[in-house]
Amino acid sequence: MTPGEQRPGEPAVALRGVEKVFDAAGGSESVTALTDVDLDIAPGEFVSLIGPSGCGKSTLLRLVADLETPTTGTVQVFGKSARQARLDQDYGIAFQSAGLLPWRTVRANIELPLELRRVAKARRWQRADELLTMVGLSDFAASRPHQLSGGMQQRVAIARALAEQPRLLLMDEPFGALDEMTRERMQGELLGLSQRTGCAVVFVTHSIPEAVYLSDRVVVMSPRPGRITEIVPVGLGERGRRDEDTREDAAFFAAVTAVREALRGHPDHAIRTGRGVEKR
Amino acid sequence: MSPLTALRRMAAPVVFGTLLLIAWQLFVDLRQIPRYLLPSPSAIGEQLGANGSDIIGTAWASGRNAVIGLLVGIVAALLAAVVGMWIPLVQRLLTPLASAVAAMPIVALAPVLSIMFSATSDLPRRIIVAIVAFFPVFVTTVRGLTRIDPVHAELMHSYAATSWATTRVVRLPGAVPYVFNGIRVAASLAVISAVVAEYFGGLQSGVGSRITSAASNTAYARAWAYVVAAIALGLLFYLAALGVERLATRGRGAEHT
Repeated sequence: MTPGEQRPGEPAVALRGVEKVFDAAGGSESVTALTDVDLDIAPGEFVSLIGPSGCGKSTLLRLVADLETPTTGTVQVFGKSARQARLDQDYGIAFQSAGLLPWRTVRANIELPLELRRVAKARRWQRADELLTMVGLSDFAASRPHQLSGGMQQRVAIARALAEQPRLLLMDEPFGALDEMTRERMQGELLGLSQRTGCAVVFVTHSIPEAVYLSDRVVVMSPRPGRITEIVPVGLGERGRRDEDTREDAAFFAAVTAVREALRGHPDHAIRTGRGVEKR
Repeated sequence: MSPLTALRRMAAPVVFGTLLLIAWQLFVDLRQIPRYLLPSPSAIGEQLGANGSDIIGTAWASGRNAVIGLLVGIVAALLAAVVGMWIPLVQRLLTPLASAVAAMPIVALAPVLSIMFSATSDLPRRIIVAIVAFFPVFVTTVRGLTRIDPVHAELMHSYAATSWATTRVVRLPGAVPYVFNGIRVAASLAVISAVVAEYFGGLQSGVGSRITSAASNTAYARAWAYVVAAIALGLLFYLAALGVERLATRGRGAEHT
């Protein structure tokens, strides 16, 4: 599971002609959550999915995670089927809710995926130590989740997602429930982590500045039916170099404007400020 | 909680209870209520003192029946709930049956079971307690086992975890607070049913038998003294269950994260 394993030129994620239709229960109309999606994500690339409610951005992420299966089309992760990639634990995942097990300590939560893979105890302990250091929670290894703030819980969830050194990190609005200050700090930390681990990130968000700050490319989506309308390249330079000044950079504002216009290009969009409220 | 606030929280009910007892005593004394109608707290207190060792002995006998029945009921309920989780058919069969058993009053069951078994056996009482204790534990355990946080379910799916791993890592620990909630309810019911079961003949060893025999001899103050013992026994069970519950769910915080 090292980056050198993959064949050159093989994308981390490849979606081809993907459509997802949900058959609504009770005989009501079925819903086309996604249609006509083609998308390649390169190894190590940071891609955000943005769009209003019902644009299918979460569904797209869930298809990559094999939490849903496409109605038509193919989803490939590192050249394998999404299912095989899940079975091989090629990706780590984090949701808006940290989803920590409340009866486990922080350490035991981080070790969970390793434990399920029957990694030896000493190795798990050591890996948890590395991850705790990485997310700055070494002092909280023995704490219970309810003793941590929301931001700290989300850090634990990210550490857990990185436990098996995946080459792909899937994140579904991981900072959606955090306050603005914590959120910006977490964005900076995530950039550092992705830089150091070299893993590709697919990041679902409804915040334009967040998408722009983090991403190499922002995938703009629109609803009814959910589809990709535009892909905005950001180009804020190397991830490790981005800092708080980047948020005041001309290039940053240019990209924010580009994404905003891409979203506005479709008048039925509710998003204007990037602070829309959305559950999923 | 500091000792002072604990004291303050206990003060109000203690003062209220004391006032109630004083009012009772004054009412009986001043209105000269006949003893066979309502004995005074002091008369009941006298009887408590006079029958001290017998009260402890009978409370022990009733308490033992309640404990044994309770444990059997809990174990049966946990087994049934876990088997029901694996085999849905079992759960579909058991749930209505358990509800039917819960709807059956112990007063209806007790005389029948007393006749079925010999009059010198504690078994019918223990069976009654077990049946009564079964239901709340079964219901809460089933609820705890079937309820799973969707995020936890998706995480386990993303880890390609087997269904047994999901059960072991998420469902069973997640059900613990539910199980102990049911046990707390069952513990109080166990004492009630153990005492009431004694009202219908059989061994004259428990608090319930003493209450009936004292009452039929018009020794009302003595009957009340044994009622006090039954109340104390019920409280003891409740507090013990509460303590075990606190112990089992400590460190989880008030709510799930």
